[in-house]
Amino acid sequence: MTTNEIVQEALGKLDGGRGEVILDFSSVSRIDSSDLRALDSLAQTAQAKSVKLALYGVSVPIHKVLKLAKPGGTGFSLCGC
Amino acid sequence: MPEHIPPPTEERVAYLESLVAQARTAAAVFTQYTQEDVDRIVKSMVLAGLAQAQHLARLAVEETRLGVMEDKTIKNMVATEFVYNYVKDKRTVGIIREYPDSGLVEVAEPIGVIFSLTPITNPTSTVLFKCIMAIKTRNAVVFSPHPNAWRCCAEAVRIMYEAAIKHGAPEGVFTCVAEPTLSDNVYLMHHKDVRLVDATGGRGASKAAYSSGKPALGVGSGNTPVYLEKTADLDMAVVDIITSKTFDNGTICASEQTVVIDDEIYDVALRKFAELGVHICNQAETELLGHTVIDPVKGQMQPMAVGQKATDIARMIGLRVKPNTKLLIAPIEGVGREYPLSVEKLFPVLAVCRAHSVDQALKLCMDVNHLGGLGHTAVIFSHDDDIVRRFGEAINAGRIIVNSPGSIGALGGVYNDLVPTFSFGCGTGGGNSTMDNVNVYHYLNIKRVARRTPAHMWYRVPNQIYFNMNAVENLRNIPSRSTLIVTNPVLEQMGHVDIVRRAMPSETVVRVLAIPDAEPEVKVVMQGVETLNAYAVDQIVALGGGSVIDAAKIMKLKYEFPEADLEELAAPFLDIRKRVVRFPTDKTNHARLIAISTTSGTGSEVTPFAVLTDKVRGRKVTLADYSLSPDVAIVDPQFVMSMPKGLTADTGIDCLTHALEAAVSVYASPFTDANALQAIQLVFQYLPASYQNPRDEEARTMMHNAACIAALAFANASVGVNHALAHAFGARFGVAHGRANALMLPHVIAYNASVPTKFRPSPNQRAFTAHKKYAMIADLLGLGGQTIEEKVQNLIAATEHLLDQLAVPRSIADLGISREEFERAMPDLAKIAFDDPSWQSNPRMPLVSELVELFWSAYRGRSVSRQREEMEACV
Repeated sequence: MTTNEIVQEALGKLDGGRGEVILDFSSVSRIDSSDLRALDSLAQTAQAKSVKLALYGVSVPIHKVLKLAKPGGTGFSLCGC
Repeated sequence: MPEHIPPPTEERVAYLESLVAQARTAAAVFTQYTQEDVDRIVKSMVLAGLAQAQHLARLAVEETRLGVMEDKTIKNMVATEFVYNYVKDKRTVGIIREYPDSGLVEVAEPIGVIFSLTPITNPTSTVLFKCIMAIKTRNAVVFSPHPNAWRCCAEAVRIMYEAAIKHGAPEGVFTCVAEPTLSDNVYLMHHKDVRLVDATGGRGASKAAYSSGKPALGVGSGNTPVYLEKTADLDMAVVDIITSKTFDNGTICASEQTVVIDDEIYDVALRKFAELGVHICNQAETELLGHTVIDPVKGQMQPMAVGQKATDIARMIGLRVKPNTKLLIAPIEGVGREYPLSVEKLFPVLAVCRAHSVDQALKLCMDVNHLGGLGHTAVIFSHDDDIVRRFGEAINAGRIIVNSPGSIGALGGVYNDLVPTFSFGCGTGGGNSTMDNVNVYHYLNIKRVARRTPAHMWYRVPNQIYFNMNAVENLRNIPSRSTLIVTNPVLEQMGHVDIVRRAMPSETVVRVLAIPDAEPEVKVVMQGVETLNAYAVDQIVALGGGSVIDAAKIMKLKYEFPEADLEELAAPFLDIRKRVVRFPTDKTNHARLIAISTTSGTGSEVTPFAVLTDKVRGRKVTLADYSLSPDVAIVDPQFVMSMPKGLTADTGIDCLTHALEAAVSVYASPFTDANALQAIQLVFQYLPASYQNPRDEEARTMMHNAACIAALAFANASVGVNHALAHAFGARFGVAHGRANALMLPHVIAYNASVPTKFRPSPNQRAFTAHKKYAMIADLLGLGGQTIEEKVQNLIAATEHLLDQLAVPRSIADLGISREEFERAMPDLAKIAFDDPSWQSNPRMPLVSELVELFWSAYRGRSVSRQREEMEACV
């Protein structure tokens, strides 16, 4: 799955109003600026709905990108590292 | 935000924030790119820049009204083609360099968001250059051009950005502030997401960058002196200077400002300048120039002249020159504020000054250098290498250009192999953090992965060791013309010297020097050296205990190297391989040293150590160097058969201490272990018999061998804290070295076998193994025990039993030293023991408080094994 597909799927789950949504990033090997924008947007939506977001299976290079770009501020937690 | 600069409006802040946010995201995404990715993007940008070089040059001249379009085109091409040529094969992603021999690997880490100020004088070329550098290093840049050059710079950024994006660069990797203001710059310089401020421009921009509190590359203005020396190729020099000073109307800050010309060639040089379209000003014209193109108050160039043609400047100030005049030369009498034209002039006006000597020329150039040009650029035209060298030493400049044009020479890659750049670091002289031609490596954090390097170990021993009864007979096969036997009077009386003398070849002239049987003094050693010189000795035979052999080692040192400074050679060191003071190697004389030991303990016949007493200064000097090791060691037990029992015990314990300490030393190796373990076995097996029955030839032989074998171990693995304690205690209370060692030994084994309070940094220590080593020794000695702890206890008990067999005092109190006296001595003892280098190879780094505890344990002298039994009983 691409980052965009993962984000779209997560957006759908946000409407379910669950407490936490986990995004599986284990198949993502590279992300670009548009992916980061999508994550940023997702984080804002999740925050508005009081849903926590967690990323699972993030590779080391992508972890570095997320640490530097900080999409959604501190809106994501990283799990399963 | 500095108080005198108003903050940007809210709307402007939002705009600036958007630029930084784009750059931050781009920089983050960029971290995923490979070397191949960035190299592909760089090449596309370079081709785009080359294609638009003239277009950008034209825009720059139109907007700034400075310089020459044709020259700016060349600058744009240098900024792309030459820079590409330099960077294309450089590794800037991931591992960029590896040093297998030293275990170091360098890894590139991008900086992130760079805020970059670019100048008005070289606007588009600087942008092209910085864009290429940024992509090559995976950084994002927010550009803020000079306000009067922002449009052409924005166009340069656009061209670079589009080429980069087309070939896969991250979105937002370059942004450019539109209509930048000082407020914008201050805001961005202080922005939390800006990781580096890169300011190319005047001194103000540089200073602001460094004042931002951010890591900065601020490079600034210059004032280039030129020395036109009489051996120069004058025709070439004149053309080079004109080429350089008129290039882009003199806007490159590395261009020539004042030419100092040797008197012998001054007139002909000016004539050659004039022949090539240069106007030589008379005195009145020079004064006119000085008052008009230089601000009389600030003492700086007037902006209206910057980057203008010579004819336009002449017209501005009412100076009549020929229409094709390309440069104005103004002769001046000196350098300084009173000579306005000696400052930086970024336009085609050049000052010249006559020098009547090389020294005067150098001083004048230094004066120019110090008048605003420190750290920047200097030029010399000369074929005298010595003068070029002197110029290079005298002038403080990051780029000292020889026999080439200053401005284009400093850019690098055209006239020389300097790194191509458009940003000249001026070092601390110019208030900059670098003196380099700024390049890709300044746009990188370079991480160094340092692998643990395997400790280089050694095993160095004398070339020849002869042992067993009558080993002295081997002397017969060692030729010598003139031999000096160094010994002591007692051994001479005992007939030992005669035995040695008889073993020497008949053709050898043998002389004897008997010295006192005590630690050698400087005076005694120097008398020995006189004797060696007097007889032109080619061989020294040291016959005696440690004192005699040590004396002979130092005599040999001073004989072979008369200039050797014993005080200096005794300087302390932490690692013998890295010591500051090196022993000399170029010998004045040559003498072989043969050591024949007459005791079975010190092992000085094979060690690289010697102790000297300096009575004048009241101190001991310990020398350590493998050049002190004897060339030949003779371990012949016939010389120890008559050792008294006390000496047998003391030296035997010294031997055991050497072996035990070498075994657990942080420098222990399989080579030294082989010696240490063998020596320990021999001591436990033969020392009691050697002590009880002095005529037991086998026991004497084996103990004599053991002493030498233990010394082979500690000569290469050193000793430990036992020796540090014994040295301090023995010196203070006049107790023999071996006896002092005996008092400490059980306590030190117990101490070393327990978990250290503190580990000493040492690459040799891969794990804490002292307790295991002791347990292994216990196994070797067949002492029994199931656990490591039991085995260590059994070793301590066996050591104590051995000491009991030798009837040596078992406590310091037994020596008749009162508790009060010992307590008074304790501060000094602890300090001296801690200063002793012996413990530095100990497996456990002793705290001073622990040294004190050890001393008190030795004072009480209670059996360590008994104490443990009592404790266990209590539990």
